[in-house]
Amino acid sequence: MTLPLLEVEGVSVRFGALTALTHVSLEIARGEIVAIIGPNGAGKTTLLNVISGFYHPYEGRILFDGRDRTNLRPPDVAELGVARTFQNVALFKGMSVLDNIMTGRLLKMRGSFLLDALWWGPAQRQELAHREAVERIIDFLEIQAIRKTRAGTLPYGLQKRVELARALAAEPQLLLLDEPMAGMNVEEKEDMCRFILDVNSEFGTTIALIEHDMGVVMDISHRVAVLDYGRKIADGTPDEVRKNQAVLDAYLGVSSEGASAAPSETSPRIAPAKPALERPGA
Amino acid sequence: MIYREAGQFKTTYAADQAIFPILQDRIFVALAVVGAFVIPVRFANEYWLQAVLIPFLIYALAALGLNLLTGYAGQLSLGTGGFMAVGAYSAFKLASAFPALNIVLVFLLSGLVAALVGVVFGIPSLRIKGFYLAVATLAAQFFLIWLFNKVGWFVNYAPSGTITAPPRTVFGVMVTGPDAAAGARYVAALAFVAVFALIAKNLVRGRVGRSWMAIRDRDIAAEIIGVRPLRTKLLAFAISSFYCGIAGAELVFLYLGSAETLAFDINLSFLVLFMVIIGGLGSVLGSFLGAAFIVLVPIFLTNVPHTVGLNLPVALAKQIELMIFGGLILFFLIVEPHGLARLWQITKEKLRLWPFPH
Repeated sequence: MTLPLLEVEGVSVRFGALTALTHVSLEIARGEIVAIIGPNGAGKTTLLNVISGFYHPYEGRILFDGRDRTNLRPPDVAELGVARTFQNVALFKGMSVLDNIMTGRLLKMRGSFLLDALWWGPAQRQELAHREAVERIIDFLEIQAIRKTRAGTLPYGLQKRVELARALAAEPQLLLLDEPMAGMNVEEKEDMCRFILDVNSEFGTTIALIEHDMGVVMDISHRVAVLDYGRKIADGTPDEVRKNQAVLDAYLGVSSEGASAAPSETSPRIAPAKPALERPGA
Repeated sequence: MIYREAGQFKTTYAADQAIFPILQDRIFVALAVVGAFVIPVRFANEYWLQAVLIPFLIYALAALGLNLLTGYAGQLSLGTGGFMAVGAYSAFKLASAFPALNIVLVFLLSGLVAALVGVVFGIPSLRIKGFYLAVATLAAQFFLIWLFNKVGWFVNYAPSGTITAPPRTVFGVMVTGPDAAAGARYVAALAFVAVFALIAKNLVRGRVGRSWMAIRDRDIAAEIIGVRPLRTKLLAFAISSFYCGIAGAELVFLYLGSAETLAFDINLSFLVLFMVIIGGLGSVLGSFLGAAFIVLVPIFLTNVPHTVGLNLPVALAKQIELMIFGGLILFFLIVEPHGLARLWQITKEKLRLWPFPH
């Protein structure tokens, strides 16, 4: 497939006098896992927010599947097949885990209001069909035991996992993960890495993730884009980025700590659909 | 011991998604519904029906409506009284304009009118939330009452400004008007509330209810899932006002017989909001418990001094009653902010293990 799934072309975002993103361009090919890294305040979350339609760029375009969708609202973006998780877990706290994940399938559900009210015929069949799909995701993420628990009462690591389940329930083409491993211990991080790789290889979902744990980033991503002060300073395979002097200066520190020395041990099961792009700093 | 689901295995998702997944609950609810239709009509006297049961059912329906909006969709509203007035005045206009129209249809149509009005006053909810939305709906309350007071057309230019329930029959039984028996009016109110409670339950456990709760709990996350805030909130306003409209029509047609706008003033809005808060936000059962609490406790408090042989002056008794009532509301809110429904849920969970909690 030659056409990238998502193209961000020269996007700038301003909040008043503050420029959060300056001419950022990013291409994400189908089937890729792309990590977006950068120091705090570099504009990573802003970039995800622009892609998911919460902010609209001041200049530049966003193309999804080759079509311009720069100024869509979040529900429209969701209809295109984009799902995401949030940096600080945004679960529906008052609802059960099951209901949370069922909500993720909202766009897959059709039906007349009247039949819903009567819980009859197609309405009930639809509910059951989606319940089955949701149960598959529950199995996949190993959260069977908590499906009836109120989401707000769960520990943090599980909440993150439920949030991933809710995003997966939409069967997205592009999954945006905002710090999926923040605040997790080593075991939870390993679980989450496994889930992300499995989602990518089993469902063919394209994934863009923001992460601070360099070990994780270098291990699981096919490509890494680095932001600093709202500009993209590097973009390439983990190895290329690791050696990039601009990145080392801006982010990893000049002392070249090379966070994860070992080359990616969990080698991606699906190779990137096309060779990683070499892009000099913006 | 008795209330335990041991041995009840669910083999289909349909069984797991039933409203009452536990057998004991199903038996209890079936008995309660049948009992509610049969026992009071045969055994309750006029006082119980007129002063307790009929207002309870009508308030329960209104509380159910407000609970859908405030408890499930998270949109705080103080316009309940206004929306109920819309229902009542539309029912009056419809019944007097089309005397041949079945009274059940009149109720449903007046609910639809209230739903339309609710949608109009729900539009600000896209931009404002919480207390500010409450103030915006307060505008609906005052505007609607002012409108019904000001425009004579709504009361068919009656000089007294009151609307009166005309005599109407359902299946040959007189249910509204001065000659309708309390039993018939009770059954009519019960039938409405039973059907609409079931519909409310179906809505909140499905697609619609999940989108409401998603907007309530995290509107940002809901949007990226594909919930459209305006459509979802307006639907909540429409359904809620539909319920409140029917409750308002019932208030005049099945309970009061005739009413002025005073019956629908801001106090009614607060009363229904108290029911929802005390009963439990986001709970169908809570709407009923809250309505029962608000209707029964004052009656209970009035009668207690008499039964223990205490003869207080009427004015003093009334004051004490108000004070105790206020105290009880505070007590419940402190002990269980999630309302009576939550207390009931905790009781059920304790009962599952009782009498061997380990």
